[in-house]
This record gives sequence, structure tokens and C-alpha cells, in this order.
Amino acid sequence: MLTRRIIPCFDVDNGRVVKGVSFINLRDAGDPVELASKYEQDGADELVFLDITASSDDRASTFDLIQRTAEQIFIPLTVGGGVRSPEDVRRMLESGADKVSLNTAAVENPDLIGQSAKGFGSQCTVVALDAKLVGENKWEIFTHGGRTKTGIDVIEWATEVTERGAGELLVTSMDSDGHKDGYDIALLRAIRDRVRVPIIASGGAGGPEHFLQALTMGRADAVLAASIFHFGEHSIKSVKEYLSTHGITIRPVN
Amino acid sequence: MKDIVVVDYGAGNLLSVVRAVKASGAKPTVTSDPTVVTTAKALIVPGVGAAADTMWNLRTRGLDRAILEFIESDRPFLGVCMGMQALFEMSREGGTHECLGVLQGEIVRFPEEAIVPHMGWNVINQVSEHPIMAGIETGFHFYFVHSYFAKPTESDCVIAEASYAGIDFPAVVGKGNLMATQFHPEKSGPAGLRLYNNFIGLLD
Repeated sequence: MLTRRIIPCFDVDNGRVVKGVSFINLRDAGDPVELASKYEQDGADELVFLDITASSDDRASTFDLIQRTAEQIFIPLTVGGGVRSPEDVRRMLESGADKVSLNTAAVENPDLIGQSAKGFGSQCTVVALDAKLVGENKWEIFTHGGRTKTGIDVIEWATEVTERGAGELLVTSMDSDGHKDGYDIALLRAIRDRVRVPIIASGGAGGPEHFLQALTMGRADAVLAASIFHFGEHSIKSVKEYLSTHGITIRPVN
Repeated sequence: MKDIVVVDYGAGNLLSVVRAVKASGAKPTVTSDPTVVTTAKALIVPGVGAAADTMWNLRTRGLDRAILEFIESDRPFLGVCMGMQALFEMSREGGTHECLGVLQGEIVRFPEEAIVPHMGWNVINQVSEHPIMAGIETGFHFYFVHSYFAKPTESDCVIAEASYAGIDFPAVVGKGNLMATQFHPEKSGPAGLRLYNNFIGLLD
């Protein structure tokens, strides 16, 4: 049976992991590559890097980081942030990413989704949706890291991007992100009812019960979290054990 | 050090396969030269993407004939994902596309109602013995990403199966020194590296 995936997420700036970096530094000497290896050993099913490097001139350090990480880990790596063209997708893949996540650029130029899917395959074309609740069961897409309102309905956009060739959706609730009081279950359900590609739930994980809710009530295929793992509040192993005792099929940690 | 030739046909997950071969202690040579393919001691055909593109890419480089010639000699061959699907007679992905025809059967899509791609870690169920499976047991998890699966007409080529959307499909196929996986062993942690080790172990 296909297992549900637990995915730690790193925010990367100039080739460095920045979210929770001080805590990580204490344990892992601040080396993102070592941290990726540690998460792999802990039972992470995939890793996601979100590049938040402000200047595209500094992006070389991101490619270098992807390359060094991909040399060490043998689980899938998704990289997102700042991907604006098929050329960017190609460079990410050539550096060692297995999947590339499109966000702002996909909204500004939806053809990019099809170009990526046609050129490199739907299996590596992830579209990230940053969703904000704007009414009863109504969410709107925001871009530029949540700063720009687009007026685009999330459910309609989710349908369109899968028709254009997205192979997976990374769904972040901006309302829940950082609050640690659970994923936006209604959002996940609303998207699940409309699309037939895998959905990664993101934003709001504060405890193992939130993962369980996203996977059961939210019917997500995978759950993504950052700080809950980085700050050592919960290990991937303990989350997986919790999920397993609650009837979720996971890949056991060796 | 044992030499493994990895076929580059302008698409696919080349880099991660190369890294897995290195991590398993062999020396990968990446090539799109048919002569290097036909004279290889062992060959890996990786692959992601669509069947039509894969076959077009192989044919325009003369690699389809080179791969067939290599397989004919019964030297160790490993196909991965699209590199496995291409071994069958035809694929129904986006029409009907003739493939290499080394194995009997066709490539078909998961049902419409299924969530595709079948993406993530799934268990395999071993159904016949093969050296590629040494130290790998039923219940081990491997990483899959695919929307189409193989439907062989001769079941004797199936070494292990996986199950998704109510369908049991081949996860590992083999016939003599020819073997192939639907999953990505290079993305499947220690179990996947074990499979690469087993493959490399087949070389003299």
C-alpha cells in the first residue's frame, strides 16, 4: 500500500538553511547538507528546499547547495522559490533536484507549467498554492511570498494547473502558517474534491495530531512541516509512530 | 573498479542514477554513443517523462538498436522507470507508441478515478527468485512516480509486484541478465542502493 509522506521543509537563503538556524547550529554545526542527511536517517520521505534568496545573482549558492545535498541523500528532493523560466527548472534538475516547485511565476505566466511538464515531465512539476481565506469556503491565491493579492480563486487555479500538467500540488494555508494550531482542513478537502493529483499539506503543523487530521479529514497525500522538526519539538520518527498507531500507513523508520 | 554505462538520451534522472552507481562502488560512464552502448559490460537505461518522447529520443540517436543489440548478448541490463516501460511492446501513453518489444505486453494508465501519479513509497511483494533481490524482502519500501504501469502477457518475467488503485502491477521484472524496476532505486534510500549493489555484483 502507498504510504503517506512526511516531508521536512528548509528555507534556504544564500545556500544556508535559515529557519531555526540557531537551534540547528547547536546540533549540526549549521551544515544544511548534514541536516538533510540527518533527516533522511530519521525517516523523512522527501525533502523540500524553498529558496528565499532575494537576489538572483546569489542563486549560484543555491545550485551549489542542491548539488552538495543531492550527492549525500538518496530520497527525493523538491526545490522551489525563484523559479521563473524553463531554464531555471532545467538548472534545478541538473543540480540534483527531483522536482521543481512553481509559485509566483506560474501565476504570472501559466504557460510555464505546461512548458515544465512537457519538457521535464509532470512528475517533477509541482505547483505551490499560497492560499488565504477570503470568505466562507473561499480562498484566494497570493504570490510573492504572500505579499501580493491576485484575485484568483484557489479551487479554480488548482484545477487549471493540474489541467496544464502539474503532477503535484503543495498547498499552504497562509492563515495557518506559523500558528501551530493545525492545517486548514477545509482548504485541503475543497481542493481534493476537485483534483486527482497528489496533494502536500503545508502550514500549521504544531503536533502529531495535526498531521493525522490533514491525512484523514484533509485527505492529503503528504504533510510538510518546518519548525516542528527543526526545533526538535517532535522527531520524524515520533510523528510516524503516532500516525502508525492511529491507522495511517507510513514507511517505518529503520 | 567495475564499469557501468549509463545511457543518456537527453531526458531522465541521469544524475541520481550516476550517484547511486558511484555510491555502490562502481564507475559510471554516461554516454549517448551507440557504439559505447553495444560494447558496454553492463548497461543502465534510466528515465522519466513520456513514452513517446523517450522512444523518439532513443531512435533519433540510434540508441534503440544499440540497446537491443546489448540485451541480445545477455550482459547485465538494468532499466529504471521509463527505462523499464520502454522494454515492453507498446505504450498507451498519449496514443499508441511502439516500444522496444523485449518483453511481451503493454503499458497502460491507472484508472481515471485514481490519484496519479502514483507518487511516494510503496511496498513490494516478491513473486519469484532473482539475484537482483538478494537481501531485499517483501515489505521493503521503494519510491515510485508513475501514471502508467506494465501489463505483461507473460507473467514469468515478474519478480516483484506492487499494488496501487486496486491494481497489482510489476515493480521488478527480469529475464536472465535483463532486469528493470518501475520504482526509482536511486531515490529509495538503503534498500535502493542494495539493489544497485546486487546489479553491480552480477558483473564478473
